[in-house]
Amino acid sequence: MNRQAQAVIMLLLGGAVLKISVGDLYLRYVKEGLRPFLLLSGALLVVAAVMTLWHEYRVPESHASHEHDDHGHAHGGPLVGWMIIAPVLGLLLVAPPAMGAYAAGQSGTALSTAAESDYPPLPPGDVVPITVLDYASRAVFDKGKSLGDRQVKLVGFLVTSTDGKQVLGRMILSCCAADARPIKVAFAGQGPTGMADDSWVEIVGTYTDQTMRDAVNDEIIPYISVVSWRPVDPPKQQYE
Amino acid sequence: MYVPLWGVGYTAFGPVAYGFVTTVSPTRPRAPEEAPAGPRRWRVGSVEVLAVLLVLLVLFRTQVADLINGPRISTWTTVFVSVMVQATPFLVFGVVLSAVIAVFVPRSFWAKALPKHPALAVPVASCAGVVLPGCECGSVPIAGSLMRRGVTPAAALAFLLAAPAVNPIVLTATAVAFPGQPQMVILRAVGSLIVATGMGWLWLRLGKPEWIKLPARPDLDDESKSRAFWASCRHDIIHAGGFLAVGAAAAATINVLVPEKWLLAVAQRPVLSVLALAVLAVLLSICSEADAFVAASLSQFSLTARLAFLLVGPMVDLKLISMQAGVFGRRFATRFAPATFAVATGVAGVLGVIFL
Repeated sequence: MNRQAQAVIMLLLGGAVLKISVGDLYLRYVKEGLRPFLLLSGALLVVAAVMTLWHEYRVPESHASHEHDDHGHAHGGPLVGWMIIAPVLGLLLVAPPAMGAYAAGQSGTALSTAAESDYPPLPPGDVVPITVLDYASRAVFDKGKSLGDRQVKLVGFLVTSTDGKQVLGRMILSCCAADARPIKVAFAGQGPTGMADDSWVEIVGTYTDQTMRDAVNDEIIPYISVVSWRPVDPPKQQYE
Repeated sequence: MYVPLWGVGYTAFGPVAYGFVTTVSPTRPRAPEEAPAGPRRWRVGSVEVLAVLLVLLVLFRTQVADLINGPRISTWTTVFVSVMVQATPFLVFGVVLSAVIAVFVPRSFWAKALPKHPALAVPVASCAGVVLPGCECGSVPIAGSLMRRGVTPAAALAFLLAAPAVNPIVLTATAVAFPGQPQMVILRAVGSLIVATGMGWLWLRLGKPEWIKLPARPDLDDESKSRAFWASCRHDIIHAGGFLAVGAAAAATINVLVPEKWLLAVAQRPVLSVLALAVLAVLLSICSEADAFVAASLSQFSLTARLAFLLVGPMVDLKLISMQAGVFGRRFATRFAPATFAVATGVAGVLGVIFL
């Protein structure tokens, strides 16, 4: 690979990183907080590509002697550099979806990580929108005390657990999608029916003390007593 | 997976010979394929290959998208792409810092900054890792630059191992992931410093200089600082970035192919569980800023096993092995990675038995 091709590859990588971080696409892969760094590194890649091309084509005559080998690379740059095209294509042509039901079904619920000690009272309102993680940890670790009889609203996707029943899933993310882990909540009463895995639903319901064990890792999955449900569009930020 | 990188033409005398030539007539190195001066002969080069490849892919975009439509392959693509996206900022900042070291920081600085005796330079370099906030992707090119600027390899390697594990961001993340268990943070920091220093000293005793094959880089001695700087950035991005992509693909494959159920089968056996999580850290190749959260979620495993996960992960993993093979040569990576793995797992086991 010669220097011009290397510059084009840097330009592509920088362009792809800029493209996903200017819009909302980057939220499928990483945390929101990484955005400024993505923008900066994308811009740096573009500058590096432009500077490489600049030095390649703007050669003063006195420097234009060519007797030197490019540090022993028989044919310019390394073959492995071509591999950078793969993620660029992944981002620009395909833009794979956020982690969903398949990954959630493969791993056990990650509730044990959320070891908060005290749960503040729910905010006021008739139906309180809370995160799936918040509901599950209040239900399991707080035995529902801070939930009481209040109606809560959860948004997540459907995932078929190993016993064949659909449960509500939501991925939590600490850094990037490679470390995404699911939180699962099962339905008591009339849960969603006739919906495929990965469909996003909004559940309104109340606390119930019923629980089950995740067949994957034997962790506790709490239930929610469903009052109503409806299909919704996937949220902008699909991870919690 | 090995790609012959540095060609066959490089000998120990290469850089010396070149250095001599530069002092006589400062010239600018050029890639050999552009060698003939005067009117260029047109032939199919990499830019043309790249252009054709891109045009084809844009034309057959829907077919490509259909190919990766299944849930497994789509999960694979998501993990692959997100490891790359997550690592790119750290890679780029690491590459820029390493270019600054390679081009602007004079050699004499390192002679003054580090103790003269290599055995003392190793622990100092390990502790210097505290100031580099980032993950492991950035530290490989930086360590390469340090060696090139005359830092003793043992010290540069100790820095390479310590920096991704003991910096404030990673330790804070560990504290957040293990609430109420500050001993995990302390053991991670202390254990990582022990392993990094131990590996540096081990290198002093057993390491052979010929295992590290840093490619000659005449472009870094370019009389134009700007040209040398951008040449260093370009070189490191293409090398480290390419190997990062290989490592990310391997990590995504493991992520999709190894179900969590297999792991849990060994969780109850004390020795096996430590080994299992150490191997998992290598295979998953999670960024050191996130691995504490994953370790915390593996709650069926003992704290000792999870400490092994935290010590091994930032020092040995698929993408690091791949990047080290690219920057330091394959002979280095095949010795250094297994040795580091053994030392890190051993230190985790000993610390776990004593303190956890």
